Amino acid sequence: MKKHTTRKATRHISQNEGLIFEKSSPGKAAWKLPPLDVPEVDTSKLLGSSERKTLGSMPEVSEIEIIRHFTRLSTWNYAIDLGMYPLGSCTMKYNPRVNEFVSRVEGLANAHPYQPEKISQGALRILKTLSDCLIEITGMDAITLQPAAGAQGELTGLLMMRAYHQSQGNARKKILIPDSAHGTNPATAATVGYAVENLKSNDRGMVDVAALAAQMNEDVAALMVTNPNTLGVFEQKIHKIAGLLHEKGGLLYMDGANMNALVGKARPGDFGVDVMHLNLHKTFSTPHGGGGPGSGPVAIKKILEPFLPMPIVITKPDGTLGFEYNRPQSVGRVRAFYGNFGMFTRALAYIFANGPDGLRQTTEDAVLNANYIRKGLEGVYDLPYETPSMHEVVFSDKVQSKKGVRTMDLAKRLIDYGFHPYTTAFPLIVPGALMIEPTESEPLEELDLFIEAMKSIAEEVEEDPQFVLDAPHNTRISRLDETAAARKPILRWKRE
Amino acid sequence: MRYLPKSAGDRAAMLKAIGIRSVDDLFSPIPAEYRLTRDLAIPRQMAESEIVDWFKQRAKENGEGYTSFLGAGAYSHYRPVVIDALVQRGEFLTSYTPYQAEYAQGTLQAIFEFQTMIAELTGMDLANASMYDGSTAATEAVMMACRITGRNGAVVARSVHPEYRGVLATYATHQEIPLRKISFTSSGQIDLKELDRAVDNDTACVLLQSPNFFGTIEDVEAIAEITHKRGALLIVSIAEAVSLGIVEPPRAADIVAMEAQSFGVPLGFGGPYCGVLATKDKFVRQMPGRLAGQTVDKNGKRGFVLTLATREQHIRREKATSNICTNQALVALMVNIFMTVYGKVGLRELAKQNLAKTAYATGQFSKTAKVLFSDAPCFNEFVVETSEDPYAINARLLGHKIVGGLPLKKFYPEFGNAALWCCTELTTRSTIDTAVGLVAESERSVQGNDARTKDAEPEEVTR
Repeated sequence: MKKHTTRKATRHISQNEGLIFEKSSPGKAAWKLPPLDVPEVDTSKLLGSSERKTLGSMPEVSEIEIIRHFTRLSTWNYAIDLGMYPLGSCTMKYNPRVNEFVSRVEGLANAHPYQPEKISQGALRILKTLSDCLIEITGMDAITLQPAAGAQGELTGLLMMRAYHQSQGNARKKILIPDSAHGTNPATAATVGYAVENLKSNDRGMVDVAALAAQMNEDVAALMVTNPNTLGVFEQKIHKIAGLLHEKGGLLYMDGANMNALVGKARPGDFGVDVMHLNLHKTFSTPHGGGGPGSGPVAIKKILEPFLPMPIVITKPDGTLGFEYNRPQSVGRVRAFYGNFGMFTRALAYIFANGPDGLRQTTEDAVLNANYIRKGLEGVYDLPYETPSMHEVVFSDKVQSKKGVRTMDLAKRLIDYGFHPYTTAFPLIVPGALMIEPTESEPLEELDLFIEAMKSIAEEVEEDPQFVLDAPHNTRISRLDETAAARKPILRWKRE
Repeated sequence: MRYLPKSAGDRAAMLKAIGIRSVDDLFSPIPAEYRLTRDLAIPRQMAESEIVDWFKQRAKENGEGYTSFLGAGAYSHYRPVVIDALVQRGEFLTSYTPYQAEYAQGTLQAIFEFQTMIAELTGMDLANASMYDGSTAATEAVMMACRITGRNGAVVARSVHPEYRGVLATYATHQEIPLRKISFTSSGQIDLKELDRAVDNDTACVLLQSPNFFGTIEDVEAIAEITHKRGALLIVSIAEAVSLGIVEPPRAADIVAMEAQSFGVPLGFGGPYCGVLATKDKFVRQMPGRLAGQTVDKNGKRGFVLTLATREQHIRREKATSNICTNQALVALMVNIFMTVYGKVGLRELAKQNLAKTAYATGQFSKTAKVLFSDAPCFNEFVVETSEDPYAINARLLGHKIVGGLPLKKFYPEFGNAALWCCTELTTRSTIDTAVGLVAESERSVQGNDARTKDAEPEEVTR
C-alpha cells in the first residue's frame, strides 16, 4: 500500500516495558521518611491481632525506575496533546494548562472539606462564581455542583424530578428515552426506580413529535433528551416537545453532553428544559485523564429548587458565604463533601479565559469544524441523515461494509494515520456509525489531514480491503483478543 | 481567543468550502426565537496572568498556611513530587477512556497494575478501575450485594462515615432497600449483640467501616461470622487507605469499598478523590465499573483491554450493574504512583509513623481531657471530649493557625463536646503540643463557655 501516504504520522521507536512487579526486587526503595519526632511505638502491642504481617507482592523499586516506567507507558497512549481526537459526543477539546496550574495553588489544593467556613471563603467563592456562570450559560435558575460525573448528574436530576412529582402527589412510573440516547440515560432511569420506555426517532433523526404525543400520559415523569442529539442534530421542535410534556405535568430533562454546540448561542432554559446536566470534562475543558475524573453539575428551573442535594452554598447576612444543610425537601446527598472541586477550579479558569465572546467563538468554531469535515467526506462515506449537523457528524460504513470492512476496521486503520478513532457503532439508530466530533480545538491543517486520511482509507477499502481489516499495522500491538479476555478474565498480576 | 487555532482567513476559507456565507447559517436549525442575541452575562475574557491572580487571591482567603487536625474521610499525607510530574504528562492527562486498546496501552497497563495493588492491599481477589469516591463505592457495594444475594436489606453501622451513609440513603430510597442502623459500644466498635439481632435471612449485607469514623479498628472476623451465618455478605468500607500498611486487611469481607484519597491525592476541598471496589473472584460479574484485563494480540503479544463490558451501561443500558461511565482514572493513576513509590516496605513504615504520632497525641490529650474509645485499637483518628464546646476551643486554635478536631455533634448530636482529631506523618510534635496546651488551658479555665452560638458550623444530621 505504498500509494497511500500518512502525512501526519510516522513510525518511531518506543520502549518496551514490563509490569512494575516484574522490576521489583527486595531492598530497592523510592521513599524516605523524616526522622520520627515522637517516641517509636510497639505496633503489635497497639494493634494486637489487627496488625498486618505482610504486604505480599507490592513492588519495591527506585525513583528513576518509576519515572521511566510511567513515562514509557505514557508514550503508548494517544492524547489530545498529540493531535485530533474526534470521538463523537466526548468533546475532546484542548485542556488548558493554566487550569492545571490554578487547581494546584496551595490553599486550594490543600484545603480540607471540613475546615471552618471562616477560612473557606475562597473555595466557597469559587463554588458560587462557577454556579452563577453556569446558570447564566444554561439559562436555568439554580444549580448543584455535587454530582461526580455526567451519569451521576443524570441520577441527581431524575431524583429531583421524582421528588417534585412526589410533592405533587404522584411520583409517576416511567421515563421516555429516544432510541438515539446514550446508555447512561436508561441505566440511570433504572437506578432511580423508573421504567424506561423507548421513543422512536423520525426519518430526520429527531424525536418523533407525533409518537411522543401518543406515548405521553400522566404516568410519564419525564423525557430525557440530548440536544443536539447524538446525531449532532438540533431538535428543532424542542419547544413543542417541552409543551407536550408540560401539558400532562411531565418534565423535560436535557442531557447536556453536547452543550459544546450551544454555549453562547442558545440556552436550554429558554427553550423549555426543566433539568439538565453539564459535563465539565466535555464542554468546559477539564481533562478526561484516561477516563476521569468528570464533573456533572445539574442546572434546574425554580420549581425544582427545594429538592437540590444538600448542602447548598448561601450568602449570609454578613456577606460571607456558607453552606446550608437545613433543606427538608432535599433529595439528600449524592456524594461525600461538595463534588469534584478540583474540576470546578479548572472549568472556571476556562470560562475566565474565554469570556462571553470567547465562548461564543468557541461554539461557532466547533460547529464550523464539524460541518467542514462533513463537507469533505460527503460522498466518500454514507450520510444516513441529511439533517444539518451542529458540532458533530455521523456517517455510516454502508459503502465500505459491502467489502466486508466495518466501522471498527476503519477506525483501527485511522490509528495508522496518526489519529485517534472517532466513536464507533454509536448511536445505535445508525448501523455501522462513524460519529465524528472535531471540537473547536482543531486548526484547518489538522482537519485537512483528517479528511485526507479518511479518504485514503476509503480508497484502500476499494483496493485492498484485507489490508484495512488487518489494521492497525504500526502500533505496538494490534487487535487484542477481547473474547479470550472476557472468557477467562485475568484482572491482576500474580507471581508465577 | 488564545485557545482557538484559526485566523479570520481560515474561517472564511472554510465557510467558502462548505458553501455558506456566514457561520450563523450553521445555527439556523435553532429556531430564531431561542437564539441568543446578546453576550452572556459572565466575567469578561481574562489574560492568563489575571486568572492566576484571581485564584491565588481565593487561595489566600482559604486557610493557606494553616496546620490541621482534620481527618474524617479526607487525610493530609505527603505527596511525592513524582506524582504530579507524571500525571501531568499530556499522554495521561489528555487521553480518553481506553476503549481503543491499541492506542491506550499505557493507561490500560497502569489500570491493571492499580487493580493488582488494590487487590493485594485489601486482601481481595480483584479490584476495579475506580469509582467516584468512598461514599459512592460503599453505596454501589450495597446494591451489588443485593444483586448477588437476591435479598433486599442492608444493616449499616452508625460508625460508617455519616456522609457515606447519607449517599447510601439517597440511593437506597429509590432502590427500595431498607437500611437498618447498628450502634457502637463504649469501645467505639460495632455492638455485636445488636448486630446479631439485626441480621436476618432477608439481610443482603452488613456495611461497616474499619478503621471506622472514630478511628477505631473493628473486629472484622467476629462481624463476618455473624454476617455469614445468615447468608449475608460483608462489605467493609475503608476511608483511610494508609491504614492498610499496618492494619490487617478485611480478608473475611466479600466486598471492600475503599476511598484511596490518602494515597497521594490532594485534599482539594473534598474532590476529586478515588473510590474503588474490590471483591472475590466469584462476584466479578456483578461488580460495577471498568475492569482492565490481560490478553494477547493477534501476534501473541501481551496486552491489556477493558473487559467484561457486558456489565456496563453502554452495552446493557437499563439492565447494567450501574449507571457509572466516567470514573476517576487520573486520580487512580495518582494512587497507583503513590503505591508504587512506597511499595511493600514504605507503606508499612509510613503507616507506623502515623501510628506513632497518634499514640503520642492520644497520650498527651488524655493527660488533660478525656480520650474516648481508648479500649480498642485505633489508627490515626481519635475522639477527645472536652468540658468546653469544641467550636470555642477551635476558634482559639485558629488564632495559632491550627485547625482543631471536627466537633462530632455536626453528625452525632449525642456527642456533646467531643471532637474527632486526626494525626498523620505530617503532624509535628510541636503542633500536637500546642493544641494539647490550648485544650489544657480550656479545661483549666471557665467551664461551659457559651461561645458556641458565635462559632458554630452548620450541622448535618444524617437520615
